[in-house]
Amino acid sequence: MAFDKMELRDIEVWDGNFAAAQALRQAQVDVVAAYPITPSTPIVEGYAKFKADGYVEGEFVMVESEHAAMSGCIGAAAAGGRVATATSSQGLALMVETLYQASGMRLPIVLNIVNRALAAPLNVNGDHSDMYLCRDSGWIQLNAFNAQEAYDLNFVAFKVSEDHDIRLPAIVNQDGFLTSHTAEGVKTLSDDDAYGFVGDYKPMNDMLDLDHPVTHGVQTEEDWHFEHKARQHNDLMVKVLPKIEEAFADFENLSGRKYNLVEKYDMDDADVVVVCMGSSVETAREVALEMREKGIKAGVLGLRVVRPFPFMEIAEALKDVKAIAALDRSSPNGAAGMLFNEIAGALINIDTKALLSGYVYGLGGRDLTKAHLTDLFTELQANVDAGKLTTKQQQFIGVRGPKLSFL
Amino acid sequence: MLEIRWHSRAGQGAVTGAKGLADVVSTTGKEVQAFAFYGSAKRGAAMTAYNRVDDKPIMNHEKFMHPDFVFVIDPALVYTADITAYDKPETVYIITTHLSSDELVASQPKLEGKKLYTVDCIKIAQETIGRAIPNTPMLGAFMKISNMYDIEFFKENMQRVLGKLPQKIIDANMQAIQRAYDEVK
Repeated sequence: MAFDKMELRDIEVWDGNFAAAQALRQAQVDVVAAYPITPSTPIVEGYAKFKADGYVEGEFVMVESEHAAMSGCIGAAAAGGRVATATSSQGLALMVETLYQASGMRLPIVLNIVNRALAAPLNVNGDHSDMYLCRDSGWIQLNAFNAQEAYDLNFVAFKVSEDHDIRLPAIVNQDGFLTSHTAEGVKTLSDDDAYGFVGDYKPMNDMLDLDHPVTHGVQTEEDWHFEHKARQHNDLMVKVLPKIEEAFADFENLSGRKYNLVEKYDMDDADVVVVCMGSSVETAREVALEMREKGIKAGVLGLRVVRPFPFMEIAEALKDVKAIAALDRSSPNGAAGMLFNEIAGALINIDTKALLSGYVYGLGGRDLTKAHLTDLFTELQANVDAGKLTTKQQQFIGVRGPKLSFL
Repeated sequence: MLEIRWHSRAGQGAVTGAKGLADVVSTTGKEVQAFAFYGSAKRGAAMTAYNRVDDKPIMNHEKFMHPDFVFVIDPALVYTADITAYDKPETVYIITTHLSSDELVASQPKLEGKKLYTVDCIKIAQETIGRAIPNTPMLGAFMKISNMYDIEFFKENMQRVLGKLPQKIIDANMQAIQRAYDEVK
C-alpha cells in the first residue's frame, strides 16, 4: 500500500486539534482506535479523513467506548505497531483503567488529551481536571501552551515513548477550546522531515513476531508486582527526562524551535513568579512583561513536562525567587492543588525563603483575564514587601460569590 | 493589536469566517488568532467568535476583549445579544440587516452614536450561495470598511482557503464577497 505526501505551506493557520491530527499523519501512525468526544474529536476525525483520502497508511478502528479505544490501542501496540488516539474529560475517565494497563505493560502509545472539565455539572470547556485524573498512571505527560506546541510535542512524544530504553506511553495535553479550537499560525515540517525525526517504528517483544513468542499482560502477585512497579517508577525518574531533553535537542536541530523541561520566561532576576500550565502560560507571560514596565520583577514558569515531574529543574528555577504562585486549573477537592504540593516538595529541602501560595482558577473554561493576573502579580509583590503571606495559602481566582480562601 | 468580535448563530459560519480571515492575514506575515465560544450549543444558538491580529506573536488567550470591530452576521442578534459589550468609542460595527443605518438605530437605541455600517449579508448569501451563510460576505464588507487589503488580493486568497469546496460554491462565495464589498454603507 502506498500513500500520498501532502504539500504544506511553511506557516499554516491551524487550530490545536488539526495540528495534532497532522502530526499523527506525518508520523504515519499504524493504528488509531478511537471513540470521539468534545473537544478532542477533530484529532481522530482528521486522522480518519487523511486515511480515507490516501494520505496515511494505517487502520482506523471505530469502537464502542473510550475503554475499548485504549484497549484497542494496547492490543495494537502489543502486536507491534505505532499507535495513537485522542480523548477528553469523561472519555479519559472511562479510559483510566486501561491507562494503567498500557504503562504497566510498557507499551508505547501516544494519547492526545484535549483538556476539559469533569462532570458533574456537565461542561465541555477547558480545565485540567482530566490531566490531573491520570497523573499517577505511569504515562509520560507533556504540556502544550498553543497549537504550534501541540504539533511539535506529538513528534517528541512518539520518539521518547517508542525508544527501547523507555517503552512507556505518552500523553500530549492541550487546552480544550483555548488551544484545540484556536487557529494560529503553525510552522510546519515537511512530511519527510517529520517522519525522519520520528523514524521507523522499531518493534520490541511484538506479538506478531511469531518466531519469538511473548506474553503480555501477565499476573504477578506479591512475588513480583512490586519489582515491576518499582522498575517502571525508576525508569520514569531516571531515564525519561534525559531522553526528552535529547529529543528536544534533536527537534531544535530540525526545526529551530527550542523546548525545555520547564520553560522559563523573564526568570533571570524575577522576584515574583507565576507557575502554571497550558494556554495560561502565554497570557501570564504577556502580563509579566506589563508588570515589569510597572517596576515589578515578574516572571513565569511554564511546566512543559508534567510527568515525570521535573522536581530538580523546578527547584533550580525557583531557588532565588521571593514569592511564587502555583496555579492549578483543577479543583483539589479537599487538599492543596497539585502544583502547590509538587512545588512545595521541590523547595522544602533547599535553602530558599520563597513565599508559596496556591490558586485554583479557570474551572469549566472560566476566563483567566489579564486583569486577574495583574492582581495576582500585585498580590505576590505585596507578599514580598510584607515578608510574609498576606493571604491564606489557597485562593480561588474568578469565581463569583464571597471570596474563597483556605489553609 | 487588532481585535474583532463576531456575533453569530451556530451554523452561520462565524468560526469558518474567523479562521478564513486569520488564514488570509497570516499569508501577509502577520500573527493571527481565531477562536470561538459555543460550548455544546446547537445550531441556531447565539455564539461569539473572535479574531486577533498583531505584528508580534499573540500570547494573550483571555476571552475578554475591547473589540476594534464588531461583526453581527445575524440580524436578530442586534436585539437579543449584548453586541456593544466592552466596546470603546472607536469600535466599528458592521451589521447584517435589511434596515438602513437610521432605521437600525431607531429600532435599537443603544447603537446611537456608534460607528455603524450595514449590509444585508443574509440576502446576499441567499442570492449568490443559495443558503443563508453570511460569513464570507461579512468579510467582503470588512475589506471595504477597514481597507485592510485590496479586494482582489483578498478574494484570491479566500479561493485558496475555500479550496476543498466545489468550484461552483467557491465562485458563489466570491460573488458574495464582492457584492457585500460594493453594497456596505
